[in-house]
Amino acid sequence: MIWLNQIIQGTLLGGYYALIACGLSLMFGVMRIINLSHGDFAILGVFAVWLLVAQTGMSPFLALAAIIPFMALLGWALQHWVFERSLRAGPLVPLLATFGLAIVIENLLFEGFSADTRSLAPEIGDLAFDSWTLTDQIYVGHLAVLIFAVAVILLVGLQLFLKWTALGRAIRATSEDPDTAELVGVNSRAVYAVAAAIAVATTAIAGTFLAMRATFDPYSGPAQLIFAFEAVVIGGVGSLWGTLVGGIILGVAQSLGAQIGPRGFLLTGHVVFLVVLAARLFLSGVDLRGALRRGLRGFAWSRSP
Amino acid sequence: MSGKEFLVTRWTGTSTASAAIAVVVIAALSLLPLFSGANVTERLTTLFVYIILAVMWNALAGYAGLVSVGQQMFFGLGAYATIRLSYGGMNVYAAILTGTLLAGCTALPLSSFMLRLRGGEFAIATWVIATIAHLLVNFDPLIQGETGKSLIALNAYDATVRQAISYWATLATMALFLVLMFVLLRSRVGTAVQAIRDDEHAAASVGVRVMAAKRLISTIAAFGCAAAGALWLATALTFQPRTYFGIQWTAYMLFMALVGGLGTFEGPIIGAIIFFILEDRFGATGVWYLVGLGIAATLASLLLPRGIWGTIEDRYGVQIMPVGYRLQLGSVDGLDGKQQRQTEGRWARLRSLPRL
Repeated sequence: MIWLNQIIQGTLLGGYYALIACGLSLMFGVMRIINLSHGDFAILGVFAVWLLVAQTGMSPFLALAAIIPFMALLGWALQHWVFERSLRAGPLVPLLATFGLAIVIENLLFEGFSADTRSLAPEIGDLAFDSWTLTDQIYVGHLAVLIFAVAVILLVGLQLFLKWTALGRAIRATSEDPDTAELVGVNSRAVYAVAAAIAVATTAIAGTFLAMRATFDPYSGPAQLIFAFEAVVIGGVGSLWGTLVGGIILGVAQSLGAQIGPRGFLLTGHVVFLVVLAARLFLSGVDLRGALRRGLRGFAWSRSP
Repeated sequence: MSGKEFLVTRWTGTSTASAAIAVVVIAALSLLPLFSGANVTERLTTLFVYIILAVMWNALAGYAGLVSVGQQMFFGLGAYATIRLSYGGMNVYAAILTGTLLAGCTALPLSSFMLRLRGGEFAIATWVIATIAHLLVNFDPLIQGETGKSLIALNAYDATVRQAISYWATLATMALFLVLMFVLLRSRVGTAVQAIRDDEHAAASVGVRVMAAKRLISTIAAFGCAAAGALWLATALTFQPRTYFGIQWTAYMLFMALVGGLGTFEGPIIGAIIFFILEDRFGATGVWYLVGLGIAATLASLLLPRGIWGTIEDRYGVQIMPVGYRLQLGSVDGLDGKQQRQTEGRWARLRSLPRL
């Protein structure tokens, strides 16, 4: 029972990872940028939300809604001034640029807000601790379910946007091959700017939920970044559904690890990440789906009279 | 046309002279502890460690195209192995050497898995492996989580002697790795890894042994970073997992190699000196130093994407330590000095073509 509980909690935690990873997945998949400042943008966003809440007393959800357009604008500006220029010089230079941005954001936030650990949990009232009782051992927090639901809605929304709109098609075309996309009239610069705007805007959502379910401080970014990257890579670069699956796998692995022992939370997550990579590497020639289908058929056949 | 139509050279007058100067500088540096105070040698020891780290990261990313975000693992393991061996009863200097070798050896089994990963996956996986190594070191009862441990065995030596030994050991290690990299990059391996960096499949198709070449470079880089970690411990004396396994080490390597000039031999050395001066001048301002470092990194990536030395090399076609080849087109004796410089500049631009 306790294990079932951990799996449920892990799945819900996976929703949060999918939320922080989806913007990264987009940037990694479309622009091939390893954005080392992704986690710090989430923290920047949540500090903006926190400031707004502290100044006006408004609900954090309203504050988040107010901040999102600004974060999108920031993403657009960054693409315009930083990412695009640095990407022109080769795939490694954005690494330096985003590393620079990361330490500037972290240390300016530290200078402005000190190293105090903060949380938005007190601002959302009962939502922070209310839960549904499934059995006497399994409780499901309202907030965790809300985060998971938001993650799924966001990913479905992004997926529909990528699949059905003209801009979405342009993004997918550019991520496949920017030069060819240009040939058929796609403005890859505009596409990159939109992708960056979406990516940075989603970090604010993820950061705010992080602050509601846990705590944050100016240096919380890099820890979020590694989880986000793990979710993206486990799920497969360039697939939003994969990112959700990757987030869930990571979340479940961490929850089960936490049950095994102290520090198991982090260790199991990282080990599962490596196992997934290794499995993909060494099984790359193997037709897994076919094998599974044959296995299931064999199973069904052996059971049938 | 008469005479040779092109000429391939490696050494030029400038590079022979500057290589000779480099040897003289190293020799002069080795005499320094006899004359200067402990403060100077201690600061220079730090600089040498930075140079080792920058050169190693440049060999990985700049020459072999392996973007590692996890080199701090070898740095941390080098220091950790030294602490472990020293508390196991080994002489402290023997422990530094053995610790370096042991930590470097962990790269061999890891490389057969890691080097099969591509680009982004490789980068993230190195970071994750480094984090795992950090967590595992935390489990060691000797280290007690993040509490850490000091290299007390060094107290058996007089402070002045200890500092001088650390200085010489670090200088010698730096010189060793610089010479090793220079020889290696000029050899067939150097050409092979650069071919792999530019196009792995094309390199394999002309007979480059991709795995062997990558493994050689990544193992040397691991040994270099492990040595840097062990030597850092010999100066800093305390081992705290968080400081040694921190991602900031990779960030510093990235900064030094890219600001100096990735994929050039001289670049990371210049980058390390700049980083060292920045830290020396502004390090005391704490947060604002880090903000400035971040701004410098971002600006460098926007304004000098080829790094300082890369830009100089492109513009003037100079190389102090020649690891590449120079191609002089046309009949050489038929060209005047200006034309020769132009062909050299063209060759330099050829080498700086965008790479993936």
